[in-house]
Amino acid sequence: MLVNLIDYLRDRLKTVIRLCFVVLGLLVIYDVSFVDKHSAHTMVEKIPGWWSFFGFVACVLIIILSKWYGHVKWFGSNFRIMSPEDYYDN
Amino acid sequence: MTTDFIHPGFVLIFGALLLPFIMGPLRKPYLILMPIVAFACVLNMQDGTYGVVHFMDWQLTFGRVDALSQVFGYIMTLMCIIGSMYGLHVKDPKEHMAAWMYVGGSLGVIYCADYITLFIFWELMAFSSVFLVWFRKRKESLPTGFRYLLVHTAGGLILLAGFVLRYKATGALDFNLLDVDHPTLYTYLIMVGFILNAAVPPFHAWLPDAYGEATVSGAVFMCAFTTKTAVYALARGLAGLDILILLGVIMALYGVVYAVLENDSRRLLAYHIISQVGYMVAGVGIGTQMAINGACAHAFAHILYKGLLFMGCGSVLYMTGKSKFSELGGLYKKMPWAFVFTLIGGLSISAFPLFSGFVSKSMIVYAGFEEHLYWAAFLLTLASAGTFLHTGLKVPYFIWFGKNNCSKETWEKAADPPWNMNVAMAVASFLCIFIGSYTPYLYKMLPYQHEAADYALHVYSSYHVSESLQILLFTALGFFLLIKKLAPEPTISIDMDWFYRKGGRGFFWLARKPIQTFDTWFGEVYRTVGLHPLMTTAKFWSWFDWHGIDGVVDGLARLVRNVGTKLRSVQNGRLQYNIYYAVSIVAVLIVAYVFG
Repeated sequence: MLVNLIDYLRDRLKTVIRLCFVVLGLLVIYDVSFVDKHSAHTMVEKIPGWWSFFGFVACVLIIILSKWYGHVKWFGSNFRIMSPEDYYDN
Repeated sequence: MTTDFIHPGFVLIFGALLLPFIMGPLRKPYLILMPIVAFACVLNMQDGTYGVVHFMDWQLTFGRVDALSQVFGYIMTLMCIIGSMYGLHVKDPKEHMAAWMYVGGSLGVIYCADYITLFIFWELMAFSSVFLVWFRKRKESLPTGFRYLLVHTAGGLILLAGFVLRYKATGALDFNLLDVDHPTLYTYLIMVGFILNAAVPPFHAWLPDAYGEATVSGAVFMCAFTTKTAVYALARGLAGLDILILLGVIMALYGVVYAVLENDSRRLLAYHIISQVGYMVAGVGIGTQMAINGACAHAFAHILYKGLLFMGCGSVLYMTGKSKFSELGGLYKKMPWAFVFTLIGGLSISAFPLFSGFVSKSMIVYAGFEEHLYWAAFLLTLASAGTFLHTGLKVPYFIWFGKNNCSKETWEKAADPPWNMNVAMAVASFLCIFIGSYTPYLYKMLPYQHEAADYALHVYSSYHVSESLQILLFTALGFFLLIKKLAPEPTISIDMDWFYRKGGRGFFWLARKPIQTFDTWFGEVYRTVGLHPLMTTAKFWSWFDWHGIDGVVDGLARLVRNVGTKLRSVQNGRLQYNIYYAVSIVAVLIVAYVFG
């Protein structure tokens, strides 16, 4: 049953993706029009759609900076944080 | 001890000692019954002080029952029931014994009220949990276990030095809030002892190292007890120590960065423990009643959802023998229920509304905002985007969907796990949703009721729900846009353990090259200068022995042989003995120095 449901959704992937975008849009509209922002602690939180922007930028930054940190050659040598699996065996 | 207080830790320790004698059809009921008895002991307790023992000049207290110890005691014993259910199929009683001893150690720390008792149980935790790594029985398990033990032994000694110095300075051994406004050397030593167990960088590398290598059900226990017991110890002894805020925020972000790089699902979850415990450590550092409530609530929720995640990924490892993303993928057809349970764990850790993390994690961030620590609150919120990115999205996607990297053999072996694993995961899933949906269950247990009631009004406000949903869903958008960058890479990530893994090799090189050269040279000199006269003397003694007083000499020889045997057992070079002797000697020296 569960597998059938997942397969059903996967077969209609484009519709699912469109639906997700609609949800994202509605969420921002909800934030801008209906949410009571009295309990916000800082001015910046009152910018319309602030937390959407924050979530997206946070995600992109985390991925890009972490991958850079893992792949960059440190100290001008061949040493990388992401090393071959047998690194400690050699 | 009175009937109001039966120590749940002792129930489990005695239960573990009896376990090998309970055989056949009684074994499985017993494995569930004893944790339930321990849980019942916790439920039956009334606030107060129990189990006070006078030992030499000291007063040892085994049972301090108050709101703070109760919330931790409750969740630890509850997790013990779930963990034991998950490991019910494991036939080897030794693994269950190690796990129960370990939980017993954790409960001993939670209910004690002096540093000597704390130290004994602290060490019991390290020395019993290491077996959960060794019982994996892979080639890497043995060295990993020794590294784990070595780090924890060092941490234990720092803690010992801290409270012994405090005893010397103040004459007090009680385990209560230290003077965090005027920290001294011993405050920091005690702090280092505690934060090493909480896996605060740079003392954290033992955690992914050991938890990634532990047995399938062992990891479920390990992910719950060591770090959260340390959070309890910090909340009890060092609440409000400012530096913990900074350390907590660093932890929360550090775990996220390494989780991006990680290819092994259980090591990824281990890095996320560091990240989540970062929230708790920061909460303890903020130190207000709201923040301590948040740290306790988050520890409670975390134990359940992290246990659930380790159970989900553990069931994949148990069934397929694989835990790396680069060797898995597309498994939803084979293991759909494991997927659903892991997803519930993922949504809980990510703090989705109606799941447990939502009502616990946000309390710490809220406390940060209340104290105008905006930098900390925003960075912790940033880390929560990272949490959803990895545990909510990356783990389920790359195991159950994504590119199918399974070998034919892996694919054939994959199926939903045995019933007991499913039951344990279902119970944990239910609790994750129940805590998130019905807030009084958790909030009524928190130490500061007034603040908890205050926050209960705020937690499901439209602002908080909208804030969380926006962060999480736009993180998901970022994930799917950048999914190619996150494709699994078959690598390991170098972390702080590099220093003692490679440093250890430096020591071996020193032992092998210069010291061995000297040894060889000395051997040569001895052979030429020492051996020849010795042989001549020996011949003379042989003659002397043969011709007269062999009775006396035989007696002497027996004595020499006995001493030699004793010496040989000391010097046989086995690492565990060396660690044991080194630790004992240092501990005795410290105690002798201070009390002498």
